[in-house]
Amino acid sequence: MGQASGVNDFVIRFANVNGSGSASANDMFAKAIFRMGIPVSPKNIFPSNIQGLPTWYEVRVNDKGYLGRREGVDIIVSVNPQSFDKDTEIVKQGGYFIYDNSKPLHDQYRREDINYIGIPMIKLAMEHYTNPRQQQLFKNIIYVGALSELLGIEMEVIKGIIAEQFQKKPKLIPPNELALDLGANYARENYDCPLEFRLERSNGVGDSILIDGNTAGGIGAVFGGATVASWYPITPSTSFVGAFEEFANKLRVDKDTDRKNFAIIQAEDELAAVGMVLGATWNGARAFTATSGPGVSLMSEFLGLAYFAEIPVTLVNVQRAGPSTGMPTRTQQADILSSAYASHGDTRHILLFPNTPEECFRFTAQALDLADRFQTPVILMTDLDLGMNKHVSPPLDFSEDQKYDIGKVLDAEALENTEEYGRYVDVDDDGICYRTLPGTHPTKGAFFTRGTARDEMARYTEDGAAYKRVVDRLMKKWETAKSYVPEPELFQEGNKNDNGVIFFGTTTYAAMEASEMMKEVGIELDMMRIAAFPFNETVDEFIKSHDKVFVVEQNRDAQFRSLLINELEINPNKLIPILNYDGMPITADKIKQLIEESEVFAQETQN
Amino acid sequence: MSFVKPVFRHPELPTNEIGYAQADYEGAISTLCAGCGHDSISASIMEACFEMNIEPHKIAKVSGIGCSSKAPTYFLSNSHGFNSVHGRMPSVVTGAYLANRDLIYLGVSGDGDTASIGMGQFVHAIRRNLNMVYIVMNNGCYGLTKGQDSATQDLGAVNKAGVENQFHAIDLTALAMEQGATFVARSFSGDKNQLVPLLKSAMKHPGFAFIDVISPCVTFNNHNGSKKSYQFTRDHIEATASIDFVPERDEIKVDYGAGLSVHVELHDGSVIQLQKLDSDWDPTDRSSSVRHLHTSKAEGKILTGLLYIDPKSQELHELQQTSTTPLNTMREDILNPGEEALASINQSFR
Repeated sequence: MGQASGVNDFVIRFANVNGSGSASANDMFAKAIFRMGIPVSPKNIFPSNIQGLPTWYEVRVNDKGYLGRREGVDIIVSVNPQSFDKDTEIVKQGGYFIYDNSKPLHDQYRREDINYIGIPMIKLAMEHYTNPRQQQLFKNIIYVGALSELLGIEMEVIKGIIAEQFQKKPKLIPPNELALDLGANYARENYDCPLEFRLERSNGVGDSILIDGNTAGGIGAVFGGATVASWYPITPSTSFVGAFEEFANKLRVDKDTDRKNFAIIQAEDELAAVGMVLGATWNGARAFTATSGPGVSLMSEFLGLAYFAEIPVTLVNVQRAGPSTGMPTRTQQADILSSAYASHGDTRHILLFPNTPEECFRFTAQALDLADRFQTPVILMTDLDLGMNKHVSPPLDFSEDQKYDIGKVLDAEALENTEEYGRYVDVDDDGICYRTLPGTHPTKGAFFTRGTARDEMARYTEDGAAYKRVVDRLMKKWETAKSYVPEPELFQEGNKNDNGVIFFGTTTYAAMEASEMMKEVGIELDMMRIAAFPFNETVDEFIKSHDKVFVVEQNRDAQFRSLLINELEINPNKLIPILNYDGMPITADKIKQLIEESEVFAQETQN
Repeated sequence: MSFVKPVFRHPELPTNEIGYAQADYEGAISTLCAGCGHDSISASIMEACFEMNIEPHKIAKVSGIGCSSKAPTYFLSNSHGFNSVHGRMPSVVTGAYLANRDLIYLGVSGDGDTASIGMGQFVHAIRRNLNMVYIVMNNGCYGLTKGQDSATQDLGAVNKAGVENQFHAIDLTALAMEQGATFVARSFSGDKNQLVPLLKSAMKHPGFAFIDVISPCVTFNNHNGSKKSYQFTRDHIEATASIDFVPERDEIKVDYGAGLSVHVELHDGSVIQLQKLDSDWDPTDRSSSVRHLHTSKAEGKILTGLLYIDPKSQELHELQQTSTTPLNTMREDILNPGEEALASINQSFR
């Protein structure tokens, strides 16, 4: 039986029972590794359930900074007998199966080619804690203690995290430390520590932070000036508004009056949530809502109104696996088309595709600007993996001097100097008209906002020519938007290769890693990451100047590829779909495998 | 189409205390059917705003979809208006009110827009005690789609096609009271003397002020057999009380005598003065009001007037402890917590 090895390079998975308090222990484990300066990417693989079903927490440690998921598990910490079957199967050859040996392990779970490490977690917990809830919780801390010895995590780092966590309840520090020591002592006394898989302090994280995208995005909404948030609970978006609320309560309450410089409403449904956003932005506040695919479906009618009547909307779509309720706790990028063209009639919406928590932060603030500037919906297309899992991310940055771009709004003075105001007159010839806010001027600037057709003066009309002028101008506005949205990111100067790869959002990590892996086998590709829709010139150029372009995305129907074909009039044969849609984040191994198997390289081998 | 009225004004038109003539509260020429109850309600709204000395631009008019929701075009053309989507006016007003607490919000809806497609948003706006006037122009039918029954069509009413309605009507006033609305009234488009003081009181009420206005549809629901026709309504109407709205600075001169006269003082000192027709009813007691409504209904009467008011109403911003400065006036200097705060946030994620 061999022992596989890896210093700062392995995947460990925890198999727990949902609702058993394992989440905070696992978080502590990942944070300790991060604090040792080692890049780490933890991912929750959880059921749509409150308590009792299997849940996994997978942590990839990688000194090179590859943060995507990797295929295969080197070490499993299995404290859930319900999933022993699956858990023993998943360990790579030479890997480790760490389990609770308070009861003997049944022979059916024994494999010849992996190593078994038993830690009597529940037994130790029963011996040292009296209260059943404590026994349950400290069992988790005991395995963290054992791992600290087995993997070489600095105990002082873990204890530091505990001290911070229980700053306000210091009584809980000693029992937590005891649990850590119990686990660590048992491991040290019974096994050769550390294992071949182990951790060594590194300087791989620099000034990075470890944060999930929803939290970063919620903070972005605070700094970006959102004052109204309305929402309806839906996994995996809920924590986005939760973070906004938490940080607004910390940072946006007036010290003198104790009153809030923000308002949050938990709406009765997603229709109301987005309706409140329209009401607020129509009235000049910065507002947003966060939801997931099913919520966007419900919001579609209002999105059409916002597009046509030209009302700013900032909408966060934390995508999950559809269709319908789909797999609500699994990740996908499967709402590309339904978000891009949400609502009936000719509609199209600005989409932003962040790929790190830092971008969730920055793009959320930018979405508020773009929504105001273009008086239209802007949808932040994140996903469950980015939103709910912690990622090593560049720190959040927002200048104190940054002005909010509230776009074209006429105040009382401007109206006073305006001879004749028309809400939908394209004064500047960029497709963006001037709006006015209710209550601004006693006699000038009032108009009627409506979803029915109207002319330039905002008067209801059924005149086809006037209608056509309006919808054509909306396309002009769309063209203008191309130069305002975030640029695509190129990873080489000029074209270096015949073929290219396009990717976006959370696919970026895996795509970049796959690129490195493919170089090792002689496949070199030009890489472009897209950050926004509408697509600008650069995207068009990139595709037109390559023979074939692989489009990597996480849905069955190659939706992003369809969007490229549709918007840029690309020959479909040119774009090769590379797809992953099993609900788990895409891996570099998978991208590499699919690209190697594609017609492009299969042919090359034949030649 | 909306038609704009000539802007010429006779220079000697009487003005209110802030210098506006009645014409300054008008809107575009109505395109509703001649004789539509909705136009009378619009007239009452204009009159109430004129007499209340409200600057037209300090009002925002929001509606959903339907004949009723077209009505805001026909009054207050110096107010911003928003004709939103069907049944979703309450959410739009909620957002608008969160953004700017200093305007008066007139929500205009119909029986289809509120009692069917918009039922969910209606009750939730009540639940939050959203500070708005919510007017339902209630005609028991869908006018724009040619007269189908709505959910407020009365049981046994015969529609234009001759079909008798088999279903119980939703009584929006009863529902609003059960849901905890802090101001509930019913009126009739043809009773301006009652509707105008009700509108004034509703605009002053800090919280959700609901007025269900029976507003006959002359085209589809004004025939024999209809229970929302002008004739039927006039024959069955019974007011809770005669009502006067007395602004805070006016002295209350009339006293109707003990027992039947009630003064409800509002937060700003203005007073709703009621001359009740039933001495057992207390307009500030919810159960008494619900009882009163049910009793009248059992007697086949359409009870109108102020049905219930909570003089201690606490509206949404007060419940939320939002800044008294409207949120839509705040910019980066107030909203951006700054670099130091962000640095410490970053540190907390290391």
